[in-house]
Formats: sequence, C-alpha cells, structure tokens
Amino acid sequence: MTERVIEVNELARVEGEGALYVRLNGRQVERVEFKIHEPPRFFEALLRGRDAMEVPDITSRICGICPIAYIMSSSQAVEDATGVAVTPDIHALRRMLYCGEWIQSHVLHAAMLHAPDFLNLHDAIAIAQVNPDLVKKALRLKKAGNMLMEVIGGRAVHPVNTRVGGFYKAPSRQAIAAMIPELDWGAQAAREVALAFAGFTFPQDETDYIFVSLIHDTLYPICEGRIGSNRGLDIPASGFNDHFVEEHVARSNALQGRMRDGSPYLVGPLARYANNYHLLSEAARQTARDCGLGEVERNPYKSILVRMVEVQYAFEEAARLARAYQEPSPAFIEIPHRAGVGHACTEAPRGICYHRYEVDAQRRVVMAQIVPPTSQNQPQIEADLARVVAANLDMDDAALQWRCEQTIRNYDPCISCATHFLKLTVERV
Amino acid sequence: MARPKLAVWKFSSCDGCQLTILDCEDELLEIAGALDIAQFLEATSEVKDGPYDISLVEGSITTAHDMERIKAIRAQSKVLISIGACATAGGIQALRNFADVEDFTRAVYAHPEYISTLAQSTAIADHVQVDFELRGCPVSKHQLLELITATLAGRKPHVPRASQCMECKRAGAVCVMVSQGTACLGPVTQAGCGNLCPSHRRGCYGCFGPKETPNAVALSARLAAQGATPPQLRALYRSFNAGAADFATESRRHD
Repeated sequence: MTERVIEVNELARVEGEGALYVRLNGRQVERVEFKIHEPPRFFEALLRGRDAMEVPDITSRICGICPIAYIMSSSQAVEDATGVAVTPDIHALRRMLYCGEWIQSHVLHAAMLHAPDFLNLHDAIAIAQVNPDLVKKALRLKKAGNMLMEVIGGRAVHPVNTRVGGFYKAPSRQAIAAMIPELDWGAQAAREVALAFAGFTFPQDETDYIFVSLIHDTLYPICEGRIGSNRGLDIPASGFNDHFVEEHVARSNALQGRMRDGSPYLVGPLARYANNYHLLSEAARQTARDCGLGEVERNPYKSILVRMVEVQYAFEEAARLARAYQEPSPAFIEIPHRAGVGHACTEAPRGICYHRYEVDAQRRVVMAQIVPPTSQNQPQIEADLARVVAANLDMDDAALQWRCEQTIRNYDPCISCATHFLKLTVERV
Repeated sequence: MARPKLAVWKFSSCDGCQLTILDCEDELLEIAGALDIAQFLEATSEVKDGPYDISLVEGSITTAHDMERIKAIRAQSKVLISIGACATAGGIQALRNFADVEDFTRAVYAHPEYISTLAQSTAIADHVQVDFELRGCPVSKHQLLELITATLAGRKPHVPRASQCMECKRAGAVCVMVSQGTACLGPVTQAGCGNLCPSHRRGCYGCFGPKETPNAVALSARLAAQGATPPQLRALYRSFNAGAADFATESRRHD
C-alpha cells in the first residue's frame, strides 16, 4: 500500500497565511485540511465598549483588499441598530464606491493572482513578459477601480470619507463626471480581458453547490437585498444566525461557516451570478455567453470568468450611477444615541459579509459578530479539494499540488479576513 | 550587475500595505524590472532563497513562532524596513495590550485552548534592529515609491517627521478644529497621508502615528475644553497606533 502526503506550508497568491494538508492511503483520500494560520486579531472583542461610530474605521482594518465590505456591512448594521435609514442618494453613492472595490479586488485576483495558474507561470510579471498588453490593460482596470475608491472614499486602501449614516463630504458632480470616460473604457476593456481568459484550458470539474448570496428584485445585489440560495432560501439579514452556524475547529484560527444541517455552502461570484443572472446588464450577459458560461456555472475554475463579467458589470453600473449622480444633501444622517440590535449583509468581492451589533443607550458596542466570506467558504474549499484530489490521483505530486493550490485560489480566499491563509501538505500514506 | 533582491514579508496585518505595492499600477512593471522579486507570497508563487538586499516587513508580532521568524528574516536581510502601523506600532490588534488577551480569546472563539497568541501585539523594532520605519495605516504609495527609490540609490528617503498640521497649512486646507470644532489629531500626528481627513471635513484619526516630540497633553487639554470626555480622548489615541509610545502614554492618562 502506498502512502502519499502533499503538503504546502505557505500558500502563495492569496491574501494571508494558510496551508494545505492532504493525506492519501492508496487511492483513498484520508484527510484534506485547509488550515488558516493567520494569527487571531480579536476584532469582535476589541470593538466592545467603543462608540458605534468608530466601528467602520476599525473593521475596515480587517482587510486591506476589501475594506469597503467591512465599512458598508458595519455602517448598515449600526444604522439598523439605531433605527436610521439613509437617503437614496447616499445609498447610490455607496453602491458606486462598492463597484470600485469589486473592480480593484476582482482584477487583482483574476489577472494577477489566478491567471498565472492557467498559464503555468508564477506571477503577473511573468505574464507581462509574454503578453505585456494584457497585463497593462489589467493594471489600468485595477487603477480605475482604485480611482472610484479615491474620488468617493478619499483613499484606495482604508477609505476615510465614509461614516455611519453616509459620507463626511459628498464628492462634487464635476469630480464624479470626470470619471465617466474611464468607466466607459473599463466596461469594454473588462469584456476583452474576459474573452482573453476564456481561451484558457479549464480543468473538468462540476458539483451541485449550495449557492448563497444576496438576492434582489431589481438590482444585481451589492449592498442591498435579502439573503437567498438556489435551494429556495429567502431571508432578511437578521435571519442569518437562524440558518447558518460558525464552528471552531482545531486546525484553523478562522471559524468555519456551515448551514444549520451541517452542509457546506458557497459564497462569492459563482453564487451571486447563479442567483441573480437575470439582473446583470444585457452587455454583461452577452460577455458571459461569449465566454461559454451558462446561466448557472458549476465549474469552480471558471470563477475567473465570472469575476471578469462582474467587473464589466461594475464598470457599467458605476458609469450609470455617475451619470445619474446627485450630491447627497445632507452628506450623512445623524446617528442617535439609542440602544438596539442591528444586522446587515453586503456582497464583498469574495461573497456575503454578515455583521451584527448590539448597541447600548450611549451608542457603545456591547456585542459584535462578524462573519467574513472566506470563513463561510472554508468547508466548501475542503470539499472541493477532496473531490479534485480523488479525481486526479494519477497526477504526480507536483502537478497535484499545483491543481490543489489552483482549486483554493478559485475562491480568492482572503485569509486576512478569515483571520488569514496557506500551507499545502499532501500526504500519500 | 545583478539586480538587488527584494523580499516582502507578512506578519499579523490586513495585507493593505503589501497591496499598496501592487497599487503602484503605473510603476509596478518598472519596479519588477529594477528589482529581483525573490519573495512576495501575496503576488508570486516563485520563492528564492536569501540572503536578500531589501526586506519589507508588514504586520506585527503576536505569536511565539513569529518572534523566531522575524529573527531569521533579519539574519538574511541587508536592509530591513518595516511598513505600516502594524509593523511600526503593533496595529489595531495592539488594543489587546490594554486588555486581558484571554478575555479577548474567550469573546471570539468557542475553544480558546486551540488559540496560541501572545498577550501583546508589538512592533518589528521591538524584536530586531530595523533600518527604517515607514508609517501609515496604510502606508502612502508616494512615500513607498520614494523609499524604494532612495534605498536603491543608497540615500536616506525623504519622509518628513513634521505634523499633519504642517501638511494642511501647506495645502491651504481649512482647519477643521478651528472652523468646525472637530476633534483632530493633526497637531500630534506625523504628516504623510496628504491631509486626507481635514480635506474631507473630518478630524485626523492618527493613521501615521505620533510626530516627533508631540505635545499630546496640550492637545488633550484643548479638546477637553471643546467638550471631549475622558473616554473620548482615550479612544482618540487608542486606535491603529495605540501601541506607539506617545499615544499609549497619553491614552493611559485618560483611563
């Protein structure tokens, strides 16, 4: 009987520190563990006693790649706790800002971290040596996402202009209008990059995922809507804890999310796309069709294409919002000192990010709960790895390790968020 | 001549400062041309052995394992530069330094026994000799590029240690404390962000940490006269640079 172990101690091209361990006994997959080593930072604990107005600035530091997800989920949850509703103009500006985060995060992942896997290269710099125009286009797309973050949020990493209740200062109409030509360029360029990536060879793999995302009646959901699934789930954010649980396992500094019945589920682009395909723009759907994507995509390796379709959509949506922009006046709604419990869920680039806060009559945080997307995806990542390893036992260790790492990167895991990421050990016993 | 070898290392952090390197979209390919990127796990799966000419270190030290890891990195690095508030002051996770870390663990994790962590989150310079500290939460892209350029040229980077107030005055920004009565850490915070907050009508919240010889006692007295309570003053100093000595001392005065 041959024993085989594949182990990766420090996973590359992911955000954070993680590892992978796979142990095979003959043709039997005995153990698959996706471990998160990122040291704990205790955000839920250090928020206690702080003025709820400080929560978005603090939680944004959970992740430098998706600070808007934390700012928006926490701001909306505190607004919910204190009984405040923002104006449609404020909400529209938030959505435009969030488009910027989707763009910069998705392009970073798809073009610089994930595309090298399909080309057998180590990084985007190596891609630039064979296809400089593609990499330059991707860098310009990413920069356009950061432009939205800077013009609306004041800074690309950890924006300063956002607050509970809205914005410190509404950007001028001129500043917003000046972005429109680049946003229009971005929508077209994102389509071109999507079509270029569609030429990759995708490993064969499909499974019947439970797709969980926000759902909405009229908008492809970003920071609005209810939580839904392809199994008929349809609940408000406040119902999250009735349907999902977080477990603490020994191998990980991140909690793992599961459905109440123990099933793993998938959050992120594949889930959003499957649950809301009909809400994408016609142009984005055309790109999806031209890339060979179905209305529901179950091959996780094709998430790179779905990300680029979402980038195209985010550019179109930001341009639409920029054309309709009215300076919110007032720029923010005052938050009262009122006790309450609030919930919110928004779509981080990697999937739903749920926050719950209990606030006292002095507006201080009594209890905080933060469920990032990568924690929720962890059990599904392990299930994918077990399936992929079992289907590719004849690969040598190096090829199998590469495939395993690529499988993890399908999720654009953010280990800084989930606490952080990766080591791969494949043990063939 | 061989290109200098660059290594980028991560400790406890949000990845935002490393991301700032990748956010240099216009300069990234040039940087990759001028330097041999030998270790940068967030960006490349190619890993080359040391020694390294320049090591950029993000994140704070929060585990016994990381205390050993930073020593090994120092031993392999000609020049070691810490980047960002986590690496230079312990980051937001240094709020544990003012609390009981076991309480924190119990508040977040069902099985505190699975978690191994130090009671304090500390700066890189608390563990090894550091050649330069670049401030910010996150670091500024412009200062980062200046730092890389200066290090390659073998000169001292031009990174002013003056206060945020100086930056506002030079930019002609209206003082939010004088005009709006908004609490602002500008008088005691190092410049470098590009006076972002005051130009968005909010007070500085200290991303770049204390300036050289700050007079925080005087600032607190002024803010108290404007109506700030001791808990508000404590919270103001106790955020991303809570672990920086000048801010830590001043925050403790309001405990």
